[in-house]
Amino acid sequence: MQTALFFIFAAICVVSALNLLFQRHPINSALSLVVVMMSLAVIYWTLGAEFLAAAQVIVYSGAIMVLFTFVIMLLNAGEEERTRGSKAAYFAGVPGVVGVLALLVYTFLHERTTLGYATFGGELNNGVSNMAAISRVLFTDLLLPFEVTSILILVAILGAVVLARKEN
Amino acid sequence: MVPIYYYLILAAILFCIGIGAFLIKRNIITVFMSIELMLNAVNLTFVAFSHMHHAVQGQLFVFFVMVVAAAEAAVGLAIIIAIFRTRQTLDVDSINLMKN
Repeated sequence: MQTALFFIFAAICVVSALNLLFQRHPINSALSLVVVMMSLAVIYWTLGAEFLAAAQVIVYSGAIMVLFTFVIMLLNAGEEERTRGSKAAYFAGVPGVVGVLALLVYTFLHERTTLGYATFGGELNNGVSNMAAISRVLFTDLLLPFEVTSILILVAILGAVVLARKEN
Repeated sequence: MVPIYYYLILAAILFCIGIGAFLIKRNIITVFMSIELMLNAVNLTFVAFSHMHHAVQGQLFVFFVMVVAAAEAAVGLAIIIAIFRTRQTLDVDSINLMKN
């Protein structure tokens, strides 16, 4: 069942990501990206990361993509015109992308025996809830980075307000 | 029982689609969205390795990446709005000067 789930949602993921690449209108790209993020949430869940699956839906698809959609509508962004772009992006970029993909796939296939297999649910099988395990580490070992992120978010709020403010 | 390398290859494919979209797209908002796609691909790699090592530290790293991505989206979209106010365009090819 896990194999079927993986292949269904991996296919949805890749097709939506390609849709993001080929759509001309930014709002269509944004909605394809929401589909990618939702199917990634299901894949996280099969890997035993229930907290991250929920956070993915709430933070990424719920907050970040809504922000993107608001900005697209606010700026009334139309279809992009296809200019040629820079030549360097095509001549160096396309072989570069293919090279990176080939290198990564070769490495993963080469190391596939040491990587092992994923069992359904992960931590759930041992009777330990993912939420409890995460919060124990987050509020003991990683307490300082967790508190620093609150300062980061505060600075980001101030920066966004200052940057988007109308200058008089 | 799904091999871990399936997840890693899926992440690699998503990452490369993200790079491709970053290079090909000409709308600055779509370019920004392809960065989010690349971040998601890396997050999938973190979750897969966290599952493989039976450790939650990888998942916490993904949590921090999500927080930073949210902050980055807020600031980046504010910058895009400021650019649109001064240039009246979202095309990255016509935004090539630091100052008008």
